[in-house]
Amino acid sequence: MIGLGHYLGVAATLFVIGVFGIFLNRKNVIVILMSIELMLLAVNINLVSFSVHLGDLTGQVFTLFVLTVAAAEAAIGLAILVCFFRNRDSIAVDDVNLMKG
Amino acid sequence: MGIVDFAFYLFAALAILSGLGVVFARNPVHAVLWLILAFLASAGLFVLQGAEFVAMLLVIVYVGAVAVLFLFVVMMLDVDFATFRAGMARSIPAGILIAAVLLMILALEFGDWRTSESASTRLLATTPDLSTTGNIEALGRLIYTEYVLLFQTAGLILLVAMIGAIVLTHRKRKGVKRQDILSQLYRDPGKAVELRDIRPGRRDPG
Repeated sequence: MIGLGHYLGVAATLFVIGVFGIFLNRKNVIVILMSIELMLLAVNINLVSFSVHLGDLTGQVFTLFVLTVAAAEAAIGLAILVCFFRNRDSIAVDDVNLMKG
Repeated sequence: MGIVDFAFYLFAALAILSGLGVVFARNPVHAVLWLILAFLASAGLFVLQGAEFVAMLLVIVYVGAVAVLFLFVVMMLDVDFATFRAGMARSIPAGILIAAVLLMILALEFGDWRTSESASTRLLATTPDLSTTGNIEALGRLIYTEYVLLFQTAGLILLVAMIGAIVLTHRKRKGVKRQDILSQLYRDPGKAVELRDIRPGRRDPG
């Protein structure tokens, strides 16, 4: 019988894969953004699992908001990336601290 | 093993494998395609749990918009992604260490974890009987009544993100003729038209 624990296990694994991906692809901003999307997906799986387990719809409503923020974050992040690429002709993360801000 | 269990293990394995594919793919286009597969597998997990609205939202918003945006940017940027692979071997040990520690912490959480006894009395919005009210209908009632303010704010966030993305990526190119309405309006007719007296058979001296 598949219970809450199984879904939480999948979510935890996906989250850890996302964290690992950020460390593995430290120089590639696009893959870092994709790893963040994976982590947010894991959070969504957690929210929906608890929502179904407890019989409380609020979790699914909040999944909607996490989804919204994730979409906005992806759009802005990729726009900054395109802007950065136009100025520097590269997307290496090492170059981002050029301004030493 | 019932069909539901089989479907769960299928979608779970698919989600985790495609997650690994995102992280380890050599070609970023492949990484985006793996990401799409991960979203689809998670949508399958949501359907198994009876959260159809979130599942369809995942397919439409993530697969239809976010993943395509990623694909678009990956193909638009002319970057040699092979150079990023160079220093990867160095960061593998630290990555594995942190991932293992995080996984262990989460496993410890799973080991001793139970629902509070008063949890059933603290529900914010009890799920209605899903045999009479569909998941989408129930969520719609909740979103448009209790969470309408948050819902509108979410829309505002998306609007700001859209405007921000347009402002960031928009550039003014030279050599493109555009209509400048202000300069058209403030144009002086006296200066715009010049009358000259030209005698026949002569060239215009000016």
